[in-house]
Amino acid sequence: MSAVAVPTPGALPRRRPARLAQFRDLAMRAIRSTARGGDALILPIVFPLIILAINVKALHAILGVPGFPTKNVTSFAIALTFLQGALFSGIACASRMAADIESGFIKRIALAPVSMLTVLDARLAGVALAGAVEAVFFIAAARVGGAHVAAGVGGVIALIALSILFNMAFAGVGILLAVRTRSGEAVQSLFPIFFVFVMLSSALMPLSLIDVTWFRDVAEANPATYMLDAVRSLFIGDGDLGELALGAGVAAAVLLLTSALSLKGMRRMVVTP
Amino acid sequence: MRASAGQVAWGIGLRGTRAWILSPPFFLITLLFPLIFLAAFSGALSPLYHLNGFTYPEGYTAFVYGFVIVQAAAFGGIFTGYSTARDFEIGFAPRLFLATRKRAPIIAGYMVVAVIRSLIAVAVLTVVALLGGMRTNVGLAQVAGLAALVVLVAASASLWACGIAMRFRATASGPFMYTPILVVLFLTPVYVPAALLPGWLGSVVKVNPMSYVVEASRSLLAGGNQSVGKGFLLCAALLVAVAVWAVLGVRAAERGRW
Repeated sequence: MSAVAVPTPGALPRRRPARLAQFRDLAMRAIRSTARGGDALILPIVFPLIILAINVKALHAILGVPGFPTKNVTSFAIALTFLQGALFSGIACASRMAADIESGFIKRIALAPVSMLTVLDARLAGVALAGAVEAVFFIAAARVGGAHVAAGVGGVIALIALSILFNMAFAGVGILLAVRTRSGEAVQSLFPIFFVFVMLSSALMPLSLIDVTWFRDVAEANPATYMLDAVRSLFIGDGDLGELALGAGVAAAVLLLTSALSLKGMRRMVVTP
Repeated sequence: MRASAGQVAWGIGLRGTRAWILSPPFFLITLLFPLIFLAAFSGALSPLYHLNGFTYPEGYTAFVYGFVIVQAAAFGGIFTGYSTARDFEIGFAPRLFLATRKRAPIIAGYMVVAVIRSLIAVAVLTVVALLGGMRTNVGLAQVAGLAALVVLVAASASLWACGIAMRFRATASGPFMYTPILVVLFLTPVYVPAALLPGWLGSVVKVNPMSYVVEASRSLLAGGNQSVGKGFLLCAALLVAVAVWAVLGVRAAERGRW
C-alpha cells in the first residue's frame, strides 16, 4: 500500500488578499462608522466651536493683560479648538476600537489573513478624514471671528495637515488604552483626563505670560503646548516653520509610539483568551 | 423574598462604589480630573485676577475652586452614567430589572454611587487646594452648604447620565452624557465674574441656572450668602426635572427603545 501524501495545513495554497484591498475595506468600514456616528463627526466639530464661542467672550478680558500677543481673541483661542476637535475624534475612534475588541471583531478578523497593522491603519484612516473635515469648519469659524491664516493657501493646507495629525495622535493614545483595558468604559473615562491635560498647557495663556512658575514648567513639558503653538503660529505669527515642525513632530512621535505599543498589544490579544 | 427599596438602592450603591474603588484607573480619574482643572485654571489664568473690576476677596484659586467643585460633582455623576451603560453592555442591568419590581431604587442606587464618588473627589480636591494655599472664609454652616450643593449637583448629573445610559445602553453614548453638561458649565462665569463678561455671553450667563449654583458656591467660600438660596432652589428644581428624565429612561430601557 502506498502512502498517501496528506498536505499539511501550512502547505495549502493560501491566497493572501492584497494589503491595500484589506486596508481599503477596513478603512471604508471605519469611515462609514465615523460618518454615521454623531459622536465621531458632529461632536468634534460642534462642541469645540461652542467652547470657542464661549472662550472668545469669556477670555475677552485677557486682551487687557500686558504683553498679550494679539488684539483678536479668536486668533489665540482657535488653537484650543483644533486640539479639542482632535480629542473628541480620538476618543470616538478609540471607543469604536474598544467596541470591536469587546464584541470579538478583532479576534475574528485575526482568523483571516489580515495584518493587525492594516486593522490599526484603517481605524486611523477614519479619524484622519474626520480631522480634515474638522479643520475646514474650524478655519471657517476662525475667519468669521476675524482671525486670518498666515501664508494663504499654504497655511490652510498646513492647518488641515496638523488637524489630521493631531486627530491621529489622540486616537493613537485612545486606541492604546482600548487595547490595554479592552473596555469602552475606560476609554470614555479617558476624555476628562485628555480634556484637562490639554488645559495644562499654553491653551489659555501664552507661556511667556504665565506668572505661576510651577504651572509654566508643567506647560513647557506638556506636548500639547507645542501642538497649540504650531496652530497659533499660523494665526498669530507668520507660520514659523520651527514651531510648525515642532508641533507636527510631537504629534507624530505620540502617534508612532502609541501605534507601536497598540500593535504589540493587539497581536498579543489575539493569542490570549 | 424580595428586597425592600432601600436595600436595593443601598446594594447597587455599595456594588458601584466598591467597583469604583477597586478599579484604580477609574478611581484615579475621578480624583485627578478636578485637581488638574483647578491647577490649570488657577495656574494659567491668575493674571486675570489683577484686572479692573475683578472683585473676589479670597483670591483667584478660591474663585476657580468655586467652579471646580461644581464641575467635580457633575462629573462624579457622569462617570456613574458610564458604569450604568456598562451594566447594560455586560447584561447586568436586565438581570437587575428582573430582580426587583420597583425601578426607582435602581436609579437611587446609581445616584448613591455618584454622590459618594463626588464627595470623595471634592474632599481630596479641598485638601489639596488648602495645602496649596487657597484662602477661604468658611464656618461649619458654609462647609455644610457646600457639601449639600455637591450632593445636589452630583445627584442631578447622575440622573441625567442615567437617562442617557438607559436610552442608549452603550458606553459609546458617553459624549452625550458629558457634552451638554460641559457646555452648560462653561456658560457660567468660569474665568472671571459675570460682570466682566461682555456681549451675548454676559446675557446667557445671567439666565443660566448653573451660574447661580457656581455663584452660590463662591459666595459660601467667601463666607457670604449671596445667590445661595437661589442656587439651592434652582438645583432642587433641576433634580426634579432630571429625575423624570431618568425614570422615563428606565421605561425606555425596559421596552428596548430610545
